[in-house]
Amino acid sequence: MAAAPVAVDRARKFEKVCNILERHNYRPSGLIPILQAIQHEYQYLPEEVLTYVATSLDVPPARVFGVATFYAHFALEPKGRHVIRMCDGTACHVKHSVPVLNALHDKLGTSEKQKTTADMLFTVETVACLGACGLAPVLVIDEQVYGGMTPERALALVDEIKTNEITSDPGSPSAEQPAIGEAHVQ
Amino acid sequence: MSSSDGLVVLPQQANGNPTLSQLRRVILCAGTGCMANGAMKVFEQFKREMAGSGLNVILELRAEGADHDVRLSKSGCQGFCQMGPLVSVVPDGILYTKVRQEDVAEIVQQTLVGGQTVDRLLYKDPATRKACRGLEDNPFYARQSRFVLHECGFLDPEDIQEFIQHGGYGAARKAYLEMTPEEICKKIMDSGLRGRGGGGFPTGRKWEAARVQTSTKKYVICNGDEGDPGAFMNRSVMEGNPHSVIEGIMIAARAIGANEGLVYVRAEYPLAVERMRRAVADAEREGILGDNVFGSGLSMKCDVMEGAGAFVCGEETAMIASIEGRRGMPSPKPPFPAQSGLWGKPTIINNVETLAHVSRILKEGAEVFHSVGTKDSPGTKTFALTGHVANTGLVEVPFGTTLREIVLNIGGGVTDDFGRLLKGGFKAVQIGGPSGGCLTQDHLDLPLAYESLRSVGAMVGSGGLVVMNERTCMVSIARFFMEFTQRESCGKCVLCREGTKQLLALLDDVIEGRADAGTLDLLEKLGRAVQVGSLCGLGKTAPNPVLSTLRYFRKEYEEHIFEKRCRTGRCKALLKPEINEERCKGCGVCIKSCPTGAITGEKKKPHRIDPELCIKCGACATACKLHAVEGV
Repeated sequence: MAAAPVAVDRARKFEKVCNILERHNYRPSGLIPILQAIQHEYQYLPEEVLTYVATSLDVPPARVFGVATFYAHFALEPKGRHVIRMCDGTACHVKHSVPVLNALHDKLGTSEKQKTTADMLFTVETVACLGACGLAPVLVIDEQVYGGMTPERALALVDEIKTNEITSDPGSPSAEQPAIGEAHVQ
Repeated sequence: MSSSDGLVVLPQQANGNPTLSQLRRVILCAGTGCMANGAMKVFEQFKREMAGSGLNVILELRAEGADHDVRLSKSGCQGFCQMGPLVSVVPDGILYTKVRQEDVAEIVQQTLVGGQTVDRLLYKDPATRKACRGLEDNPFYARQSRFVLHECGFLDPEDIQEFIQHGGYGAARKAYLEMTPEEICKKIMDSGLRGRGGGGFPTGRKWEAARVQTSTKKYVICNGDEGDPGAFMNRSVMEGNPHSVIEGIMIAARAIGANEGLVYVRAEYPLAVERMRRAVADAEREGILGDNVFGSGLSMKCDVMEGAGAFVCGEETAMIASIEGRRGMPSPKPPFPAQSGLWGKPTIINNVETLAHVSRILKEGAEVFHSVGTKDSPGTKTFALTGHVANTGLVEVPFGTTLREIVLNIGGGVTDDFGRLLKGGFKAVQIGGPSGGCLTQDHLDLPLAYESLRSVGAMVGSGGLVVMNERTCMVSIARFFMEFTQRESCGKCVLCREGTKQLLALLDDVIEGRADAGTLDLLEKLGRAVQVGSLCGLGKTAPNPVLSTLRYFRKEYEEHIFEKRCRTGRCKALLKPEINEERCKGCGVCIKSCPTGAITGEKKKPHRIDPELCIKCGACATACKLHAVEGV
C-alpha cells in the first residue's frame, strides 16, 4: 500500500482523538481528562491511540502509559458490552459482596484476572466504594445501581440481560462495537 | 456588574417570600441511594397523579407564584438511604419511606387532597415498633444536629435560585464586600474548624499560611475524592447542596487571595460530578463566579475535574500531581501546598465537608459553630453509618457524641446478616476506613473526637462508621483493609509498597492456617515499620486496621493460629467438615452433591468425608436434610 493513503487512513481513524486533543488545547497537563474522553469514546485505551496522544502532546510515551496504567479507571483492554461492577467497599464487604462476585465469576467463567467473557458480552469488575453504602451490597450494571444484592438476584439479572441480547440481537455481539473496531489500527 | 447586582442576595427577602414558606411541597430525595431504589419512577408518577388530581401544582421549578398550592421538587440525599425512596411533605412534616410507584396515587389522594397520613408508608422504629410520622419523632433524625446537612434534602440541588432565596451566597458576598482576607482567616481560626477529611488540621491556620504568601497566583482545591470505602458524606453534600461547596470555595479564595478554584470529584460519583458541573455553570450564568464577583472588582473562576480512580489522590500532594496530569504520587512536605502547591503556587486543599461549613460560620458566627462539640473538636461531624445496623445512612452529630448514641440510638441497634434486629450482638465498629481502627464494646461510651479516637488507636478519618456484628471475623476485616491499601499503594515508598504486600501475606497465613507463634510479632513489627517508613498518609496509616484489631481482638488471631479455628466460621480454610455418625442415615444425598467425590460410604451406614479431597464448599451440608454435616 502506498504511504499517502495509509497516512490519510490513519488521520481519519484518529479524527475523534484529534478533536479531543484540540478541545484540551494540546496541553500535557490535561492528560487525564484527555484519556478520560478517549476512553469514553472507545470504551478503552488502545495502545496505538496512547502513542498517538504522546506524539501529539510532545511528551514521552512512557509518561502517557505511566498515567494510563496508574489509575484504576483506565482500561488498556476492551471491555464487554455490559459492564458489571460489584462494589467491594467496607459496608458491602461486611454484608457479603464476595459470594455475589464469586457467583458471577462462576456463571460467566470470568475471574479477577480475566475480567471479560470470551464473547465480549460481559465484563465483571470490582469497585472500592460507590457511596451507596445504605443499600449494601451494591451491584452496578451499565450504570444502573442495584442494592441489596444476593447471588441469586445477581444471576437473575445476568440471565435477564442474556435473554434480551438473544431476542434483540441474534448476530454476533461484537458486531455492535464499531468504536472499538475503529480504534484497531494496523 | 449588572448581573451580580441584579441578583441581590438578601436572606430577609427570602423570609418574606410567601411562595417558599407557605407553599406546600412534596420533596423527593434524588440522591444516589434513592435513585437506585427507583426514585425517578416515583417522581414521574407524582407528576402524572398530581396533574390529574385537580390540585394546583407547580411542576416547573422556576415557574413560581403565590397562586399555586403544591410544589413538587427533587432534593439531594437526605441521608436515610436504606429506607429510600423518601418522600417528604412539608409543612405537614410527613416523611414517607420506601415509596413505590404504586403508592403515589394514595399519597396524592389521602395526603395532598384529603390531608390524611398514609400510615403504612411511615417509618417504623425497629426498636419500639412505633410508626414515626416525620423527622421529629424519627430517632434517626431527631437525635442528630444537622449543620452541614440541614439543607440537603430540602433544597433542590439543581436550582440556584432556591439556594439564593435561602440566603445562599450571602456569606460569600459578605466575604468579598465587607471583610478583609485577614478577618476571614481570623474568623475561621476563632471558630476552631478542623479539616473534615481525615487529618483534622485547623482550617484557619492552613488558610493563614497561604494568605501570607506573596504570589500573583494562588489556588483553592476542593477535595471531593472521597476514596474511603464506606464513607459517602462528601457525595451527599456535592449531590445535595453543591452551591454550598462553591460558596465555601469562594470564601476560601477570598481569604487567601486566589482567583481560581477546582473541585476534584471522585469518578465513582457520576451524579455528584454532574451536579457540581451544573452548579458551577449556573453560578457563572448568574454572575456569581466571573470577572467581577459581587461588584468587588475581583475575579473568581471554578472548574470541576473528575478523578480517575486512585485512592492515594486524596492525599494533597498526590492530588496536585494528578491535576497536573501526572501519576498521582505524593511528594515530601515541606514545602507544604500552602507554600508551593499546584504549578508551584500557594494552594489550599480542603475537604468538601470542611468547605460546606465555612459559609455558615461566616453567617452565624464562630460562637454558634463552636457552641456544640468539644473544646478541641468543635462543631458537628457527619458520619456514614453502615454495616450491620438497623438504620444506615448519614448521621451528623456534635463531636463528643458517644458511639452508643450513634449505633444503638440513632442507628437503632445491631442487626444480623438479613437486617433483623439483634439483642446485643455488637462486636465492633470500624471507624475512619482503611486508615482507621476498630472500636469495641468497651468504647461504646467514648466521646468521639479527634484526640479521643487517636488515643485508642483509631481516627475520625473521613467518618465512615461500619458496624459489625458477632458473626464478623476480625482477622478477615483486617485483611480486607490491607488488601485495599496494598492495591492502592502508589509504589513510591519501599516500606509501603512491599510492606503492605508482606502484611497481607502474613494475614493470609493466619486465615489459611499456616501461621505460627512468630506471625503476630512479625505483623506488629512490620506494621510499625510501614508507619514510620512511608511518606504520605496512606502508608502511615495503612497498618492501623491490623494493629488495632491485634490490640483489641488478639484472642481471635490466636484462635486462628493455635487452634486453627475461626469462631465465626467465615475462614473457609479452617473449616473441618465432618459427618455426625449418629445423625447420618446413609442416604447418599451428600455423595451425589459433592463436586470432588470426597464423600464415601455404604448405603444405610454413616458416610465419611475425606479431608484431603474436600474443598469445603458446603454443598453436602446444604443437601443433607438431617443436618448431619457439621463444621461448615
